[in-house]
This record gives sequence, structure tokens and C-alpha cells, in this order.
Amino acid sequence: MYKVERKDVIENVKRMMLYSVQTLHKEVIDAFEKASDEENNPLAKSILDKILENHEIANSKDIPLCQDTGIVVCFLEIGRELVFDYDLEEAINVGVSQAYIDGYLRKSIVRHPLNRINTMDNTPAVIHHQFIPGNKLIIHIAPKGGGSENMSTLRMLSPSEGRDGVINFVLETIKNAGGRACPPLIVGVGIGGNFEKCAWLAKKAILRPLDDVTENEIDRNLEIELMDKINKLDVGPMGLGGNTTCIGVKVNSYPCHIASLPVAVNLQCHSARKDEVILVGKEINNTNNR
Amino acid sequence: MEKKLTTPITDDQIKDLKIGDEVLITGYIFTARDSAHKLMVEAIQNNEELPFDIKNQIIYYVGPTPAKPNQVIGSCGPTSAYRMDKYSPYLMEKGLKVMIGKGDRSIEFNDVVKKYKGMYLLAIGGIGAKLSQCVVENELIAYPELQSEAIRKLKVIDFPAIVAIDCNGNSIY
Repeated sequence: MYKVERKDVIENVKRMMLYSVQTLHKEVIDAFEKASDEENNPLAKSILDKILENHEIANSKDIPLCQDTGIVVCFLEIGRELVFDYDLEEAINVGVSQAYIDGYLRKSIVRHPLNRINTMDNTPAVIHHQFIPGNKLIIHIAPKGGGSENMSTLRMLSPSEGRDGVINFVLETIKNAGGRACPPLIVGVGIGGNFEKCAWLAKKAILRPLDDVTENEIDRNLEIELMDKINKLDVGPMGLGGNTTCIGVKVNSYPCHIASLPVAVNLQCHSARKDEVILVGKEINNTNNR
Repeated sequence: MEKKLTTPITDDQIKDLKIGDEVLITGYIFTARDSAHKLMVEAIQNNEELPFDIKNQIIYYVGPTPAKPNQVIGSCGPTSAYRMDKYSPYLMEKGLKVMIGKGDRSIEFNDVVKKYKGMYLLAIGGIGAKLSQCVVENELIAYPELQSEAIRKLKVIDFPAIVAIDCNGNSIY
């Protein structure tokens, strides 16, 4: 049996939060640089260059990329050989709380959706978990902004609407979102499962690396076609036109009911902040328990 | 070539500005987003004073990150403007001239801007680190209990924005 210490969870969550709010992954920077080179619309190009300049300022002056430092989304992959003698979710939230207070990040979470009283430390995070083989704990975090989240959608299509129905729904979502979702976007699409599963699939999709190619041929072809069609919508950076509306489309699917075709579209704004860490459990001596 | 705007904003300064024009704002602007708008409109409905003289002023839809000890302000990019559509007409009636935010507004809002000869400006979303470099003073003036949503008076120099709805009600969207 193996164990990951509570303090390592807290420290790593805090470290990842502070890093990710002011640093984009290199693949995202590369995508914006490429887009700026290829953009025909002068205003769109100027916005892309400002996004890149913002990243340099955020990094060099220690300022968050965006004032909306998000609601924290956390995906946990928990090795089956690990044991926990503490509350893992509580530890994640302690890490979040420390990051938002000590790091001068914006506290954007209210205790109840209707009384709107701020929790003052940006907790609780939204935490999902699944089990994996082995003795590692993998923590993925993403401070997710409210603007792009507000424009995300879910619809229960009829199976007869099929592939075209899915494509039209994704395009409609992105057109309606316009500048509100802060394009250029990363688009996460979940198809199948049921009502909540397809939203979960879409959320997981936006955390996939941009160069990640899905093994599923149906999903892979859909990603290619959607990428092309989305970038022809002329939504463009901040919705002011141009051929850079998205820098990535990721589709995740799951089996579903014969009566259903659930589709969820989760939009990630251009401030595509995320990080992950792999914590390897240490073997614990449990002879006394035998 | 960007056009310079200096607060307070007069009709003369904005009458020739057209959608798509880039402007640089210098002077004082006031921050407010959802919660502060709700409180200000409640104040108007209760015949109470607004927390600042709003005539010919600019409201910037922003909830910044807290300033670190060596900073004037933290990250401070715009939030979506459409959420303020139901509050803005009350403030414009009291003399509010210009709003800065991101994204489109309701189609009916174009007429509101035209009626009060105002203007809606777009700041680029998600570049709050860069925009923070234009802010030289930051004073909390009302509703401190709202935390990041409190009203702040910011002194800005050459704050960049794009005309999205002009004083004749024409919209870039």
C-alpha cells in the first residue's frame, strides 16, 4: 500500500494555482503566434498580439493574466494502491484557499447562488475523481473563468439529428457566444452518456493537450471538421471577426441510451490556464495491521 | 491612429467617434460590475445619492484581482457587458456617459445609448495584466463589502478601448 502525504497535496495545489494564473502552456502560446502570423484581419491580428504581450507582462511582473482567476476545477486520478487517512477533497481546498489568499488572486465564489455571499477564499473547488491502476495520484487543476463558462451549453438531441445535429449545435453555441466567451477558444465537446456525463466529458476535453489525437475515429474526424467549420464562422478574436475563432477542438464520447443523443459544449477562453502534477505514493509499512 | 479621450466626457468629444475607432482614455474612471450596479439602481429608486457624481463619467465593468504590496492594482480586464443592460439606463438617465466592457449587448441597448448620446467601449478581455499598466491610482470609494466588486476610482493614462456602440446607436456587432 502507498500513501501521498496531505501536505504534498496542499503544497502542489497551491503551487499549480499560482503558476497557472500567470503562465500559459507553451502549446497555447505557439498556437497564438501561429494564428497571428496567419491572420488576415488586421484588428484580429492586433488582438492576438496583445494577448501575447499580456502573457509577457503577466510573467515578468507577477500579475494574473486575467482578473477572473476562476472557479477551480480539479480532476483527480487516484491510484488504486493508494490509501488515504485524511480527507483528500479538504486538502485540495486548503491548497486552493492558500493560493487565493496568499497569492492575491480574485475570490469569485459565493456560498449560495441566490444569497451571493462570498466565501472569501475561492473555495470550494469543483472536484471530480476516477480510479487508475498503480500508486500515483495525478492532480489536474484549471482556474476556469466565468465568461466562457456562462456561454457553454448542453442539449439533449434526438438520435435522428445525428452527426449534423451535433455539428450544428456546436457551431450555434460558438456563434451565440460571440465575444462574450473571449475567443480564440478551445472547444470541448462531450457526446453521449447522459445529462451529467456529457458535461463531464466536455470539461475533460478542454483539458486535453492541443496535440492530443483521440484513438476514436468518429471523434477524431469530428474534431477535424469542427475545427475547420468553427474557424470559418468569422467570430474571430473577441468576436470582432477574423479567421482565428478556436485553436483547438476536442471531442470525448461515451455510450448512451437508445433514445438519447446528449451533447455538451464547454468553452475555454483564450486564457487557457491549467496545470497538472503526478505525485508518486510512498510505500507504507502496514505489518501492524495484518 | 487612436483618438485621445479625457474625462469628464463631453458630447463634443464623442460626437464624431465611429464604431471600430480606437481610443485612449486618460483621467478618472469608476469601476462597477453586477453587484455595485444593483446597489446603485436601488439607491436611485429610493431617491438616495449615488456614491459618486456620475455626470459625464465613465464606468468600467471590472472586478480586479487585489493589488500586491508593490502594485497599484492587480489584473484588471473587462467583464461581459450584457449583464449590466438592465441597470445601465437608470445610470445613463443620471448622466453616465460611457461604459467599458467586453462582448455584445442586447439589440435594444443600442437605442438606449442613442437616447442618452452615450457610448459603449470595448476593452479586450483576458489581458488584465497589460491593462493594469495603464492604471496609476486606485482608490476604493464605495461598497467595500462587495470586495472585488466594490466601486473604485481609477486614474488611468492612455487606457485602450474600441468604440462598440457610438452615440448614434450604431453597433459593431
